[in-house]
Amino acid sequence: MRSLGAQYFEGMKAKVIITPKRAVLDPQGKTVQTALEHMGCAGVREVRIGKYIEIEMDGDRETVEAKLSEYADKFLANPNIEDYRLVFED
Amino acid sequence: MKFAVLQFPGSNCDQDCVHVLRSVFGCPTELLWHKEYSVGDADAVFIPGGFSYGDYLRTGSIARFSPVMGAVKEFADNGGHVFGICNGFQILCEAGMLPGALIRNRSLQFRCEHVYLQTATRDSPFTGQIPEGKNLRLPIAHGEGNYFCDDKTLQSLEDNDRILFQYVDAEGDLTDHANPNGSLANIAGICNEKRNVAGMMPHPERAAEPALGGTDGRLIFESLIAALKTQSTLAPA
Repeated sequence: MRSLGAQYFEGMKAKVIITPKRAVLDPQGKTVQTALEHMGCAGVREVRIGKYIEIEMDGDRETVEAKLSEYADKFLANPNIEDYRLVFED
Repeated sequence: MKFAVLQFPGSNCDQDCVHVLRSVFGCPTELLWHKEYSVGDADAVFIPGGFSYGDYLRTGSIARFSPVMGAVKEFADNGGHVFGICNGFQILCEAGMLPGALIRNRSLQFRCEHVYLQTATRDSPFTGQIPEGKNLRLPIAHGEGNYFCDDKTLQSLEDNDRILFQYVDAEGDLTDHANPNGSLANIAGICNEKRNVAGMMPHPERAAEPALGGTDGRLIFESLIAALKTQSTLAPA
């Protein structure tokens, strides 16, 4: 089975990290923040909850980055409410 | 007057819409599977509520890429009327056919209850027959109905009279308490610039017969049917 940890995988391993935009209310983040405070975890300034997607893909870094940016813009993230960044693992 | 009601894997209000259109209004109505490439000879398309594709990734985000949505977009671009209810509203926003997005309810709760709506404009094919000053009592059932858009978009919705419905309390006051999900400006429904595409979170199809505890939803169907009749009278033969 091919997995992110497999040595023989020759394509790219990418992570898409999606977060709610600053201007968007993040009720999950707020609730977790409140819970942390109630548990005695002091000093929490902000909690934002997003999504994390792992993608394995054939191709070199440049190709994969271009393709994933295209699909993140139109599908994986919603530009009205979310920001995303791509992280590559070599 | 012919209608098409879309059906995605996970739609669950499709049959309710078909029932109301066929049995309450006597209109021929076709159920359209998401793999279809055409809306046929429908005069208007309904995108029903439910949980298309299990609400995976984001509500409506996968359904919008279904083959049938290409046909719906083309239909709307040519002036065809499209109405999205609940998940249908979410799909229309994801498809970019309506601005903004529906995000998680402020309370994080799935809200299943009756709400009151004020009709913010009667100048649309979806609200034209709603009596002036009448507030509608309709059910909602959603976890992601919190309407969000940027300031510029909200301004444009307000300036161009594109907000169709807003949540109010039983007295008809636009209060934060009456807002079940945290929507900006208590928005429950909007339309596009051309006013032929609209979406709303509450379910008019679940309030179209006395047996269901209310008939206020009929007014929205009646508005659309009246608008389509006027259109067909005006259109060249």
